[in-house]
Amino acid sequence: MENNYFHTVFLDADKCKGCVTCMKRCPTEAIRVRNGKASVFYDRCIGCGECVRLCPSHAKLASYDSFDTINDFKYKIALPAPSLYGQFNNLTDVNYVLNGLLALGFDEVFEVGRGAEYASAVTKIIFDQNKVKYPVISTACPAVLELILSRYHNLKDNLLNILAPVDISAKLARDKAIKRGIPPEDIGVYFISPCPAKVYALKLGVGVNKPYVDRVLSTGEVYMKLVPAMNKLEPSDLKPLSKMGNLGLHWATSGGEATATFRSKYLAADGIENVKHILDGLEDNTLTEVDFIELDACAGGCVGGVLNVENPFVAKARIRQLRMKLPATSSNILADEGKPLSYYVWEDEPQFKNFDKLDENRLSAMQKLMEVENLLNTLPQYDCGMCGAPSCRAFAEDVVSGIVSDKCPRLDTEVKNETK
Amino acid sequence: MENLHFEYEVAGNNFSQAGMASDAVKSTLKKMGIASEDIRRVAIAMYEGEINMVIHGGGGVAVIDIFFDHIEIKLIDHGKGIENIELAMTPGYSTAEDEIRALGFGAGMGLPNMKKYADVLEIESEVGVGTTVYIRVDFH
Ligand SMILES: Nc1ncnc2c1ncn2[C@@H]1O[C@H](COP(=O)(O)OP(=O)(O)O)[C@@H](O)[C@H]1O
Ligand code: SF4
Ligand SMILES: [Mg+2]
Repeated sequence: MENNYFHTVFLDADKCKGCVTCMKRCPTEAIRVRNGKASVFYDRCIGCGECVRLCPSHAKLASYDSFDTINDFKYKIALPAPSLYGQFNNLTDVNYVLNGLLALGFDEVFEVGRGAEYASAVTKIIFDQNKVKYPVISTACPAVLELILSRYHNLKDNLLNILAPVDISAKLARDKAIKRGIPPEDIGVYFISPCPAKVYALKLGVGVNKPYVDRVLSTGEVYMKLVPAMNKLEPSDLKPLSKMGNLGLHWATSGGEATATFRSKYLAADGIENVKHILDGLEDNTLTEVDFIELDACAGGCVGGVLNVENPFVAKARIRQLRMKLPATSSNILADEGKPLSYYVWEDEPQFKNFDKLDENRLSAMQKLMEVENLLNTLPQYDCGMCGAPSCRAFAEDVVSGIVSDKCPRLDTEVKNETK
Repeated sequence: MENLHFEYEVAGNNFSQAGMASDAVKSTLKKMGIASEDIRRVAIAMYEGEINMVIHGGGGVAVIDIFFDHIEIKLIDHGKGIENIELAMTPGYSTAEDEIRALGFGAGMGLPNMKKYADVLEIESEVGVGTTVYIRVDFH
């Protein structure tokens, strides 16, 4: 199962008890339990982090870059995700977080919440130009985008073809630093991420020609360093660094992106199973009454990402409080940067994948499907997971695809018991 | 070569489960590698038919036969039947009650959409006996 795909999550094998929790709950059936340990088909993994969230033994870990990589570049730009602000108790001013990041050694900060406001402004223009297929589906959550790219090819034309807020932020911050005369090779852009999905999307550069972000740090790890640094700050030290308005911060929670489009007929769904349900409905053409769809893999939106430290509901309440203190977002912020619209749209169409297909050849795929059905008919259909596959059907598909050659252990014991 | 054959029960008046048969069919077609545009046509036509069985037909069975180059879908119910099929096919025509409309169904576009997306649509119905809808979608 190890292969060339990006490893979004990895296993602490000593802690893994071989229970089937992650396997049963993985939304793309990407996990199997082999020899008592969970393992991942990375080509099917969308990086949603459900397994990290659910593992009762904390054996599933998300991959990200260590904070020590801060020394990899001479000029370091920190990109805090909007959800980061929801992690702190009694935070009265977002500038504490930004000044704290400078105290940790970053040379500059660029708020992804600000980048999100550019994304919203561009979305509005794209709607006004009416060059869209309704309903337009947000592509800001990389786990959702990955799910669509691998499983919902029908929805291709509905995808909002703009860069994610983090890419917009990285691109702008980098360009500005270069303009100020900083050598490009000295610049390191560090995103402080709520989730493993952003880690792989930024490493691979989804929708961009080449990645704009150099390192992806975990909110949890940065938080541990940031709290003491923030506590040392005196109100008089505080530089007014924040440029983010309240719409940008709203992106931290489900519905924030949709609200910022100023469209009345939007739908916002969060939690990966709900997202799948909406996508299935879209394929059946049942959601004709909405024109914009925001989908977040995590319950609550990005405050629910698995790299966060705080409970999503608490973080959401804090974000709401902080938003009230922020200025209203200006309606023509794009003018500030003076970039053409094309600066903000996908530079490169993301690649569609097809891990569902049982065979490249349709006839062989049909043959395999028949074998799957025949085998499935002999199985108990308990979906108990004893074989290490999430369902009897998944097991049958693994057998027919030659991934495993085992027998159903349940059936085996029952036959043995009967013959005793 | 024989074809793939599936049968799915569709429960009457159970809105939470409506669409499960068409989801299962979609999943099979994706595993076969059928073009997404064809899957879309199957999905829309079958979902509308399935929903009609749930709302108007009191539930029934969906019989699916998948061949190399096309799919045949038979939706069989023993519900109240359709009095005037031609009228039922008119866009916007619906006998759905207000409470069903309140749930977002009953726009009267189901049968017209099925006609639009299917390559063949045949309806046999007898009042008080039931309805059989036959949908065929060709793959490209
Ligand atoms: N399976 C069925 N059993 C009985 N009546 C049906 C069935 N399918 C459709 N009809 C009738 O045809 C009408 C039009 O169907 P359709 O175009 O799907 O619109 P809608 O379902 O929104 O009413 C329905 O209102 C109903 O009277
Ligand atoms: S909802 Fe936000 S935190 Fe969760 S996977 Fe998507 S982008 Fe990451
Ligand atoms: Mg209908």
